[in-house]
Amino acid sequence: MLAYIARRLIQTVLILLGISLVTFVLLYLVPADPARQIAGRSATAATVENIRQQLGLNLPFHEQYLRYLSGLLNGDLGRSYLQRTEVSTLIASRLPASLLLMAGAILCELLFGLTMGVIAALKRGTRTDDTLMIASFIGVSAPQFVIGILLLYVFAVQLGWFPIGGYGTFAHLVLPSITLGFLGAGWYARMMRSSLIDVLRQDYIRTARATGMSRTKVLLGHALPNAILPIIAMIGIDIGLFMSGIVVVESVFGWPGIGQLAWQAIQRVDIPIIMGVTLVSACAIVLGNLIADLITPLIDPRIKLR
Amino acid sequence: MSQTAVETEAPVSTPSVLARLLRRPLALTGLVIIAVVVVAAVFARWLAPYDPYEQFFEGLTLEGAPLPPNAQFWFGTDLVGRDLLSRLIYGAQTSLIIGVVANGIAVIIGSLVGITAGYFRGWVDTVLMRLTDLMMAFPALLLAIVLAATFRPSLWIVALVIAMVNWVQIARVTYTETRSIAERDFVVAERAMGAGAGRILFRHILPHLLSTIIVWATLGIATTVLLEATLSFLGIGVQPPTPSWGNIIFENQTYFTSAPWLVFIPGAAILALALAFNLVGDALRDILDPTQQGRH
Repeated sequence: MLAYIARRLIQTVLILLGISLVTFVLLYLVPADPARQIAGRSATAATVENIRQQLGLNLPFHEQYLRYLSGLLNGDLGRSYLQRTEVSTLIASRLPASLLLMAGAILCELLFGLTMGVIAALKRGTRTDDTLMIASFIGVSAPQFVIGILLLYVFAVQLGWFPIGGYGTFAHLVLPSITLGFLGAGWYARMMRSSLIDVLRQDYIRTARATGMSRTKVLLGHALPNAILPIIAMIGIDIGLFMSGIVVVESVFGWPGIGQLAWQAIQRVDIPIIMGVTLVSACAIVLGNLIADLITPLIDPRIKLR
Repeated sequence: MSQTAVETEAPVSTPSVLARLLRRPLALTGLVIIAVVVVAAVFARWLAPYDPYEQFFEGLTLEGAPLPPNAQFWFGTDLVGRDLLSRLIYGAQTSLIIGVVANGIAVIIGSLVGITAGYFRGWVDTVLMRLTDLMMAFPALLLAIVLAATFRPSLWIVALVIAMVNWVQIARVTYTETRSIAERDFVVAERAMGAGAGRILFRHILPHLLSTIIVWATLGIATTVLLEATLSFLGIGVQPPTPSWGNIIFENQTYFTSAPWLVFIPGAAILALALAFNLVGDALRDILDPTQQGRH
């Protein structure tokens, strides 16, 4: 167990190093000259050269990378070209909003996805099952920006139940959370259905029924807990989906998180911000996967660590 | 996939697979949607009622607002008075070209990486699969955004960018399968008889992987269509005035309260196409992978 954790941690560190290398290479390849961007249009050649010296842009590739890496380790993600602020400060100020949105999305996808999956599994082969599975297919095939705009149109513009975008109260959180959780709900419905069907086929379920235990008791006491366990571990992997999703969802709803930050940076080609968000997201994904891997054997002892 | 799956697997015979697809209502629906979009894309020039780039004077109200669906413009007009139906029909070309080209490249890269790593093992395996892990750590959309922002987006660049982020899934699946096939007796026997790696890979391993690759390639087109639409919606995919379902929404989204058809009709088109490929891909998985049967 300890050896596994140690090996997994070393792997994680190596992947994080790889991530830093990839983002650096991309930054290095970007055609725009950062020194000129920072100096502004009216700067003299001498000023630009001065900034280039300061940033170390004249150094050879590997020395630049080492500078970049030691910066990263000190929490330095570079400076925004246009906002003239540290990228790390910008991301830190925006992160809580994004985390709140993700928490809402996790709640939505579990609520909708698991419920749909359980009903479909219990009504297996019926029209209800078919309908729910088609719904889950629509969930995984729908473009998030269209779902977001549709929810805004129906529930905010037409019915007026929720505010049209923005941030602050619980009501602001509802529509973006549903939008971000939509895709995941589709996946969870499908996984929950096949997981519960598998469990219901097991001998111990038949034994429990044979002892005269009621259907509901067997379902709530034995089947559901066993069917849900493997699915809970998937939440760690969801972070990857969310990190792509927040760019779209936050831009549709005007949610002030790191996704909107990235989106605004895209419009202005503010590369350091885009890179910073990418880097932070990649780290979050790696850590999410690590947590999922470490939790899985704890909740399901049949899965052995290798 | 378990041992039994590979052993009971018949060689992919196209007519019977197609016949079995047609018997499933959901898969049939998917195939019909795909056929409609393909026909629209191929015959766009004859099917589109108007020139997709022409800004009609009568396409706007006196106040300059776009027209809702009506007898002359079936799906209404956009903010500058162009016919939405014609733009959608030409947009189908964009979606399909990107779906097929980007996904094709992704499938080729992914299969090559997966098969090579799975067959040769050792350091080749380590290098390729760590690279795959690394790619998986990046959120696909953000990586595509970075790439698209770095290079000037055109149709082909967008296709390449999508391919660059989408090969990972196929690589992982083919890798796992290749590893298990490479250890089976017939491959060991073949190698003992002196067959070279090329012969084993192309004559023995690739045919076994074919059904898996077909399934994932079909599902991959759905992902690709969605990713293109999303990039275009964010303004860094296919650039206007070239119509794409995503950029039609990008151009018109600010007016969705007064002109909802400009967002929801192209949105429905994107959903329908992605759904169609998902339905067909899922049915193919059922048909081609016997271990999955009875689970649905």
